Amino acid sequence: MSTALLEARDLSIQFGGVKAVQNVSFQIDPGIVYAVIGPNGAGKTTLFNLITGIYQPTAGSILLDGQPIQGKAPEVLAQLGLARTFQNLQVCLNMSAIENVMLGAHLRLDRNLFKAALRWPALKAQDRALVGEAIELMRFVGLEPYTSARADSMSYGALKRLEIARALAMRPRVLFLDEPAAGLNPKETLEVDALIRKVADTGVTVVLVEHDMKMVMNLSDRILVLDYGRKLAEGTATEVRRNPDVIAAYLGAHA
Amino acid sequence: MNKPAYRGLYLIAAVLLLLPLVLPNSFYVDLAIRMAINAVIVLGLNLLIGFAGQISLGHAGFIGIGAYASAALPTHFGWHPLLAVAGGAVVAGILAGALSRPIFRLKGHYLAMATLGLGIIINIVVRNEAVWSGGPDGMAVPPMAFGSFEVSGDKAWYWITAILLCFSIWASINLIDSPFGRALRALNGSEVASRVVGVQVARYKLSVFVMSAMFASVMGSVMALYVGFVTPNIADFFHSIELVTMVVIGGMGSVYGSVLGAVLLTALPQALASFEGWETVLFGAILMLCMIFLPRGLVPTLAARLGKTT
Repeated sequence: MSTALLEARDLSIQFGGVKAVQNVSFQIDPGIVYAVIGPNGAGKTTLFNLITGIYQPTAGSILLDGQPIQGKAPEVLAQLGLARTFQNLQVCLNMSAIENVMLGAHLRLDRNLFKAALRWPALKAQDRALVGEAIELMRFVGLEPYTSARADSMSYGALKRLEIARALAMRPRVLFLDEPAAGLNPKETLEVDALIRKVADTGVTVVLVEHDMKMVMNLSDRILVLDYGRKLAEGTATEVRRNPDVIAAYLGAHA
Repeated sequence: MNKPAYRGLYLIAAVLLLLPLVLPNSFYVDLAIRMAINAVIVLGLNLLIGFAGQISLGHAGFIGIGAYASAALPTHFGWHPLLAVAGGAVVAGILAGALSRPIFRLKGHYLAMATLGLGIIINIVVRNEAVWSGGPDGMAVPPMAFGSFEVSGDKAWYWITAILLCFSIWASINLIDSPFGRALRALNGSEVASRVVGVQVARYKLSVFVMSAMFASVMGSVMALYVGFVTPNIADFFHSIELVTMVVIGGMGSVYGSVLGAVLLTALPQALASFEGWETVLFGAILMLCMIFLPRGLVPTLAARLGKTT
C-alpha cells in the first residue's frame, strides 16, 4: 500500500476532440509542497479542476487516502478537506473582506436558517469567535489592514491573499493554489513565496500551479511537468531541471 | 455585522408608533397598511433577488395562493382563518420547493421566464376554477375571528401589519448577517467559490425561494383578510412586476431599500392620481429616471453618497 495522501491514476479528460489531460498519474505525499508546471495550455488548471471536482474526468481515478474521489462535487470534496484558490479570482465582491474569510468556515458552522433569523445567542457567539479567527487568518496572510475593508475595494494582490485566507479558514488537508503569483510584482511574489512556505509549515499539503520558475524551484519538494496534457516528467527540482524533455518543451528545442 | 444595522429599524418602529396620531383619515391608514404588506413581501423577495441573486417574476402567484387560501379554505371547508393562513403558506412553500430544482437549473433570462410562467399559471387557475375561487368576480373572505372576537377595522390591521413589518426587518437583518446569509450572498458573488467552500448551492436556492414564497403567501392572506374580498388581480403578472420594481428601485440587497421601495411605489400611484390619465406615463418616466440615475437603487446609492454601507 502506498502512503500517498493524494493519488491520480491514468487521469484523462476530453473536451470534444481535445484531450486536455491524458493518462496522467502521480502521487502526493502528505505535508509536502507539490508543483505542477508546464507551458501555457499544458492542462495544469484543467488538472486542478479535475481534482477539485469542477470537471468530471473522462477516465482514470483520483484517490484521497486510498479512497476514490473522482467525479465528486466540489461541495463534497470541501468536506473531505480539499481547498483551492483560483487563477482568475473567485472572490465574493458583494461581501466584505472578512466575510469572505468567514465563508471558508461554512462547513464547521451551525447554518440553521431559523436560529439565524431569530438571532439565536449561540449562533451570535459562534460568529463572534469566527470573527476573531478570521482576523487571525488575515493577519497570517498579511491582510491586517483590510480587516474592515470591502472586498471590492481591494487590490488584485490583496484579493489573491484573501482567497488563500478563505481556503485556510476551511482548515484543509490539501490546499490547491492556482497560479498564486500570477499578476504580482516581484516584491509581492516573494511575499507569497514566504506565505506558502508558512502554510506548508503548519502541516497543510500544498499543491500549486505556477509559472514563476524561481518560486517553483525554491518552494517545491516535488514537481510534475505537463505538456500537451501529458505527463512529461516528475521529480525533485534538480531532477526536473536536468530532464532533457523538460528543457526541450520549455525552450522549444528538438531533443 | 454591527449594531448600526438596527438603527433604521428603531426609526421605522418609532414612525409606525407615531403615525396613527398624525394620519388625518382612514384613507391614509389604508395606504399605510398596504405599504407595510408590500414591504414585508418585498423584504422576502429581496432575499431572493438582491441577496441570493435569483430572479422571480411570478411572486404574485404565491400572494394569490395565500389570499385564496384565506378565502376558500374557511368558506368551503370550514377551516379556521388562522389555519387557512398556515395552509396557504405550506402550499406555497411546497410548490416553491417542488419547482425549485428544475427552475434553478436555469439562469438569467431563462429563470425569469420560468418564474413568469409559474405566476401566470397560478393566476389562470384562480381565474378559471370558479367553483371554489369565484372566478374573475372574486370572492368574499371570512374575517379572522377568535370566538366572538373579530379582527376587523383599519386600526387592528394597522397594528398587525406594523408588527409583522418590524419583525420581518429584524429577522432579515439577522439572517443576512449569519452563516446562512453569508452562504446566500456568496452564491450570488461567486457560485463556484461558494461550492468549493462547501455551500450546497441548490439547497440554499431552494431555502430562500421557499422562504420568500411563504412570506408572500402569508402577506397575501393578510391582504385578503384585511380587505375582506379577493379577486384574481392579486395574483396578476403586473403585481409581480410591481414587486420586482420595488426591489430594484429601493435597492437590491438592501433591507431598508426593500422598505423604501415598497413605501414609495405604493404611494406613487396615489400621489399621481390627480394627473388624470397621465399617471401611468409619469409613473413610467419616474421609474426610467430612477434606473438611469440610481441604477443600484435608492438606499445603496444614498448610503454610498454618505459613505456608509447598507
